[in-house]
Amino acid sequence: MAHTEPFLETSPPVSDEIRKTTCYMCACRCGINVHLKDGKVAYIEGNRDHPVNKGVLCAKGSSGIMQVTAPSRLRAPLKRTGPRGSGAFEEISWEEALQIATGWMEPLRKSAPEKLAFFTGRDQSQSFTSFWAQNFGTPNYAAHGGFCSVNMATAGIYTMGGAFWEFGQPDWERTRLFMIFGVAEDHDSNPIKMGLGKLKGNGGKVIGVNPIRSGYNAIADEWVGITPGTDGLFILSLVHELLKSGKIDLEYLTRFTNAPCLINEDPASEEHGLLLRDADGKPIVIDRASGKPMAFDAKGVRPDLAAQFEQDGHTHRTVFQHLAERYLSDDYSPEAVADKCGVPAGRIRAIAAELARVALEEAFELDQAWTDFRGERHEKMVGRPVSFHAMRGISAHSNGFQTCRALHVLQILLGTVEVPGGFRFKPPYPKPVEAHPTPHCHSKPDCPLDGPHLGFVRGPDDLALKEDGSPARIDKAFTWENPMSAHGLMHMVISNAHAGDPYKIDTLFLYMANMAWNSSMNTKGVMDMLTDKDENGDYVIPRIIYSDAYSSEMVAYADLILPDTTYLERHDCISLLDRPICEADGAADAIRWPVIEPDRDVRGFQSVLIDLGARLGLPGFVNEDGSAKYEDYADYIVNHERRPGIGPLAGFRGDGGQTGRGGVNPDQMDRYIENGGFFIEHVPDEAAFYKPWNEAYQDWAVGLGFYDKPQPYLFQLYVEPLRRFQLAAEGHGKRQPPDHLRAQIREKLDPLPIWYPPLEDDHVSETDYPVHALTQRPMAMYHSWGSQNAWLRQIHGQNPLYVSSKIWKENGFRDGDWARVTSVHGEITVPVAHMAALNDDTVWTWNAIGKRKGAWALDEDAPEATRGFLLNHLIHELLPARGDGLRWSNSDPITGQAAWFDLRVRIEKADRQAESQPVFKGQNSPVGKGPDVVRQKVRP
Amino acid sequence: MTQLPAQTQKKLGLVIDLDTCVGCHACVIACKGWNTENYGAPLSDMDAYGGDPVGSFLNRIHSFEVQPEKGPAQTIHFPKSCLHCEDAPCVTVCPTGASYKRSEDGIVLVNEDACIGCGLCAWACPYGARELDQAEGVMKKCTLCVDRIYNENLEEVDRVPACVRTCPAGARHFGDFADPQSNVSQLVRERGGIDLMPEQGTRPVNKYLPPRPKDTMKELGADAADMSPVTGNPKGFLGWLDKALEAL
Repeated sequence: MAHTEPFLETSPPVSDEIRKTTCYMCACRCGINVHLKDGKVAYIEGNRDHPVNKGVLCAKGSSGIMQVTAPSRLRAPLKRTGPRGSGAFEEISWEEALQIATGWMEPLRKSAPEKLAFFTGRDQSQSFTSFWAQNFGTPNYAAHGGFCSVNMATAGIYTMGGAFWEFGQPDWERTRLFMIFGVAEDHDSNPIKMGLGKLKGNGGKVIGVNPIRSGYNAIADEWVGITPGTDGLFILSLVHELLKSGKIDLEYLTRFTNAPCLINEDPASEEHGLLLRDADGKPIVIDRASGKPMAFDAKGVRPDLAAQFEQDGHTHRTVFQHLAERYLSDDYSPEAVADKCGVPAGRIRAIAAELARVALEEAFELDQAWTDFRGERHEKMVGRPVSFHAMRGISAHSNGFQTCRALHVLQILLGTVEVPGGFRFKPPYPKPVEAHPTPHCHSKPDCPLDGPHLGFVRGPDDLALKEDGSPARIDKAFTWENPMSAHGLMHMVISNAHAGDPYKIDTLFLYMANMAWNSSMNTKGVMDMLTDKDENGDYVIPRIIYSDAYSSEMVAYADLILPDTTYLERHDCISLLDRPICEADGAADAIRWPVIEPDRDVRGFQSVLIDLGARLGLPGFVNEDGSAKYEDYADYIVNHERRPGIGPLAGFRGDGGQTGRGGVNPDQMDRYIENGGFFIEHVPDEAAFYKPWNEAYQDWAVGLGFYDKPQPYLFQLYVEPLRRFQLAAEGHGKRQPPDHLRAQIREKLDPLPIWYPPLEDDHVSETDYPVHALTQRPMAMYHSWGSQNAWLRQIHGQNPLYVSSKIWKENGFRDGDWARVTSVHGEITVPVAHMAALNDDTVWTWNAIGKRKGAWALDEDAPEATRGFLLNHLIHELLPARGDGLRWSNSDPITGQAAWFDLRVRIEKADRQAESQPVFKGQNSPVGKGPDVVRQKVRP
Repeated sequence: MTQLPAQTQKKLGLVIDLDTCVGCHACVIACKGWNTENYGAPLSDMDAYGGDPVGSFLNRIHSFEVQPEKGPAQTIHFPKSCLHCEDAPCVTVCPTGASYKRSEDGIVLVNEDACIGCGLCAWACPYGARELDQAEGVMKKCTLCVDRIYNENLEEVDRVPACVRTCPAGARHFGDFADPQSNVSQLVRERGGIDLMPEQGTRPVNKYLPPRPKDTMKELGADAADMSPVTGNPKGFLGWLDKALEAL
């Protein structure tokens, strides 16, 4: 047949209209262009102008159209009609739903507000939901950070006023060596991928530290397949090598850190281990020129790292000397740690040498003058092109806080934080601990709480304890068991509420957290707790209200469902008061707005809270005459002021031209929509680096309202608040820990980073359970709200257990085999697959792919429900008993972070199964099943 | 049975960088999104919420493990779509002329109006880059977003295939291989771009950039000069510190 070509229209119309909003297919919050045809979503792409993703978009974001058409979308408020867990509901009106909710909550507020526990999961409106909870008056509020990455956030704030991801990013333009530890690949995913592409384009190198070589580690130039839970030891060995060879940035340490601050060394002193301070409470340093003690921020002071100083009969030496003594010890030599870490000593030394070489020998200068907080003018900015990033892989261990601390100490010793080429903070960070609130927990009937729930304790006085020393919060956050639990402990709420420990609650109010499935440890146990009845036949947890947009596993366990909208049908604000979307070069915030209207009887959860707040007459939600203060969440976003002139959105304030500070602008939402759904204010060039110490940055930050006066501070190599808890454990002070926790506090709350084996190792025999078991999140699927997506489930519709070559051979596994995986807590039987690029003693699987039958509008024979599985069944919220009469929490003893990755298992070949075990009875689907065939096209 | 054009004016295609691709599937879904709404019949998903979901995709990622002789195993993510071959066997095998290669730019397309769904082209393609849509019964393949790259309703910067526009890592590049100065030609020269399965004689237009060598860092012994201690004994560290501080 001769060559012929048909006519082809190469310029078809793309859409009728583009509406720009913010993605919510994960927590990355990229800008998206939603193309509409006939008012329906026809195509979604990245917004090129947006600071987060600059036009690109991941698989999740690109499949948003399957999310807004998902058959699993809830359709109307639901009232439970069958037993809890069955999924039997009747649809009711919003008026009835809100009356039920008000009827339950109002008496609690009048008598005992703590009996409402409000926990909000993967909430992107925490500054609002916490405001609601504060005005309700319950101390029991938090979001999901406690079971996510609180170790990372908290260690970062205490050490340097910010951590990774939302707090900061590598200087991708200039960095030459990038080291990445244990990153969940669905988090911050587009910026990291864009950065890796840029770095590689510039000829930079990547070192990946992860037991599993997938995703980012697959393209790393060097892969360190470390043994899980030993990252801290590996990092401290790098520190050992750098100190020993003197390859550290002494000038940086002198000027910008508490390395020259003076530690009281007298064991008899009440202040043993605390920093010497002046009458104003400022840490003192010794000026190297004069030898005199001076406040750390005195004009012209040149702090001496090598100083020793006597005062009031007590000897003081610098933090740096203590740090050097500790890490120069041969306990941290590469040879001493190599076996534990599963990394050869020579490789540890080589990595230390490469970090030092790039940081010190590839140093460069930017021709940009700046003035530091001591008033000293610097003509150049010195760049050190080494940067780090880490997330849950290192933080979701019971030694995660100290491991994250160790990583920050490493980057500070190299002088690579807040310098060109290194790690940079994103405004409104950095913010030192002093700029954050302390936790508040004092509740009274018919009264707001005495302040914000969550915060950063400075010492034992800030713990959330009642007069009798018992925990004030249902999750026992901010107690001696985990004093620095800055994000709360959502993973302990159901277990504690069920046990009535520390007290009973009445109503559990949850938002967007799949606690009856993949968001809980001990999933079966949690389901039992949610359905357990007392001797009177009443549920032990009397009432459960849940809000979600989708028919997740948790829905079946609630008594009342408040159906949320999808992300394209709602207002939201990604606020600087909350977890903002800023870049290192700019302060940014964003909105969501209803680019389509819901076709169901659903309401945005935040608008529902506003309605409930008005019905309950909560301060902040009603006017003086008792009428509702806000019509809905959009009205709140525009009109609420947290402090005079400071509202949820920083852009287009006042007359529309004011930024950060300014009065309410009724047109603000429209201005955001016109601007593509976001706002960005760029950091001036002079303020771009050295932010904690840079006068120009501090002034700029005050101007925008991040804080009300400049507050330069030092990076905390030595974290004094930790030492205050140790002092209490040693018997000092009025507030004393219970005796059984003294040793734990003395050992674990060390003010200089330490490494200790994951706590499970102390409770479980390594011989019986020799294998580490991990989960990862795939880049193409977000845990807990992606798996019903018709496109993405074809990529990740089931999850084998990936097994290392060593374990594969030992067990004689073959393709298609199954294995029984046993932990001290439970057992699962699942399909296995061989993976060679994996630490020898590790197995892993994708997180949250397994679904329960009946959930997510999937057929009962869906692979997610037949072959898919959860590791959660193997993990308990408590460690196994060890004969001391106590139950120890499976979490970090400093922050309470859930220690998901401490898990140890053993593996045996098992008979092939029809389905992954355990199998749970199917739930009734309150939304029916999805269609057989999807042919997505709005209009040809 | 269907003739190829004697020559094409341009050779449009993709360069895919295997050193940078993290296997995130963004390109797979952006492609699905654009091409279900645009060119031809929608890309169907059969049993979409059931036990055996099977949909049509024009681009898929495959992941492989490589075990080098020395060093740890490596993971390679390998995106695969139609390579718009110069000697495209999927065209010559087509009994109806539905499968054709454009003389203007070399893009290989299926004219769905003329496609009888016989599947011969999918058999002929050595790369497995064509999929028969189960609902429509026509052959589906990468169009190189022919309805984007010339589309005057899009801003010029957006006139690239959806997979290229969306790729977060920047691992996909679009251009004209007939022009030796184009971005894609330069990348292929600089990075040693390769043909996929050249022994098949299809002369693919798309090229792959191979992964750079990995795990090349040499281990250092305790006596390595790079990391020699500043002092022989722990007490001596303070002496070194004092001197170093003087030098600041």
